[in-house]
Amino acid sequence: MDIILNLSFLERGIAAGLLIGFISPVIGAFLLVRRMTIISEGLSHVTLTGITAGVLVTQVAPWFNPLYAGFLFSLGGSLLIEKLRQVYRHFEELAIPIILSGGVGVSALLISLADTGYTEWYAYLFGSIITVTTADLGFIFLTGAAALIVILLFYKELVSISFDPEFASSSGIGVKKINFLFSVLTALVISMSMKVVGILLVGALIALPTAAAILFAKSFRQVLILGILFGEAAVVGGITASYYLNIATGGAIVVMGVLLLAAAFFVKKLQNLWNRSERKEHAA
Amino acid sequence: MSADREAVLELQGVQFGYSSRPVLEDIQLSVAPGSFLGLVGPNGSGKSTLMKLLLGLLEADEGTIKLFGTPVQSFRDWNRIGFVSQKAGSFNSGFPATVFEVVSMGLYGKIGLFRFMKKKHKNRVMEALRLVGLEEYSGRQIGMLSGGQQQRVFIARALVSEPELLILDEPTVGVDADSVRNFYELLKELNRNKGITLLLVTHDIGAMSDYVTDVACLNKCLHFHGATGEFISNKDEMMRAMYGHDVSVIEHNHDHGHHDHHHDHDRSEAVK
Repeated sequence: MDIILNLSFLERGIAAGLLIGFISPVIGAFLLVRRMTIISEGLSHVTLTGITAGVLVTQVAPWFNPLYAGFLFSLGGSLLIEKLRQVYRHFEELAIPIILSGGVGVSALLISLADTGYTEWYAYLFGSIITVTTADLGFIFLTGAAALIVILLFYKELVSISFDPEFASSSGIGVKKINFLFSVLTALVISMSMKVVGILLVGALIALPTAAAILFAKSFRQVLILGILFGEAAVVGGITASYYLNIATGGAIVVMGVLLLAAAFFVKKLQNLWNRSERKEHAA
Repeated sequence: MSADREAVLELQGVQFGYSSRPVLEDIQLSVAPGSFLGLVGPNGSGKSTLMKLLLGLLEADEGTIKLFGTPVQSFRDWNRIGFVSQKAGSFNSGFPATVFEVVSMGLYGKIGLFRFMKKKHKNRVMEALRLVGLEEYSGRQIGMLSGGQQQRVFIARALVSEPELLILDEPTVGVDADSVRNFYELLKELNRNKGITLLLVTHDIGAMSDYVTDVACLNKCLHFHGATGEFISNKDEMMRAMYGHDVSVIEHNHDHGHHDHHHDHDRSEAVK
């Protein structure tokens, strides 16, 4: 922990960004193949509810870090989404707007109760890398490491269930338990990304790198590796751009992610053209 | 000789109903090791329900079901049984997984929690792919294969854990007629050369009867259970008993065209 304590605010921000740029695309890859990427949007808004509740708590107990409350709400939200998806089995996507609007509604209520300045909310909505405290970095580091270890240990089971839950079950895998574990992981990763990119932009680091990776990946392993590369590139590029151009870091990271995705489309297009002309030459 | 070996699968007086409506009545069935049983029946004959009972997903109202001599309720050796589901072919064809990764999934349950794939596991995956003749496709993305090839991949996934009994539930739905023939040839080979006991559940009586060693006909009750030759010589009578009217067996067009559709889609994507 000594190293973490001696970091400057800039170094703390970069470390937090790199950690999130690594783990978000990993969760993103699993969400993608389960066709549940949109869940990250619902959960990030519930996390906001948790954070507003946490900010209220800090007015009584100043030592409390609102990120913890954010995580707890995010976890509750992900379990509730699972439940709603079962209730509306034929209209699963309905779970997201229910959770999302409910979360935002309660947040608005709590914000009106809390007597806090506008800038603090702005930091939670759009991220504020320079206000990452040592405690925040510790939270991000611990939750990130925990999430990675769990994914590594349950990699086989998570992949098998994502591809074919019925077969996974018949091969002796406890589908329900693993799905619960995955809900916890998703909630964890979303709440830890909050401070860096903000509630409104969390989904970007989950969806954009994976969207770029899937253009090139043939295997699931490649989706993970390419996703991490795209995620880290977006974070490094975004932080650099925000430092030199004096623009918002969260926004810069997300815009960098979008630019990388556009570049990926372009490369893919070139690849297709190249393959086609090769085939023609072959045929001639 | 087979008398002193215990049946792989044994059902006695099995009865099942959904809220008092009988679905299966008094089913007696015994599958000897090394046999290739075709279980046929029309839609709604209780085939799927019977499958669920065998896999322990449902519990029989009456009667006993034994797998390798153990009642299904207390059976735990699930890796002795390989299962190829009807729905196996309806996965998301854009799923970014290679053939190798998909077949590996057949070992995950056996390897167990907190353990990783080792060299010997990888060799077994390649061996299973060799068996179904798809060795050189191991690095290809699963969605890029034809329906028939995908079906072979799912067989390999079931075979990789080296099961003694392989259960196939309507495995040829959505597969073109030529591939179906090849597919049955493959099953016959697995049965003869590898000694794997096979239970094939299907509504496709025509193609199947050239390959299986035994036939069972189901429609709520079991109408016939015996050797294939016997079944063929009594076919018309059997069909009448099972379907309740005369039936002529014709090669039917598979109209479950979604596989081919996906492939056209993939191809047009590639050309763009």
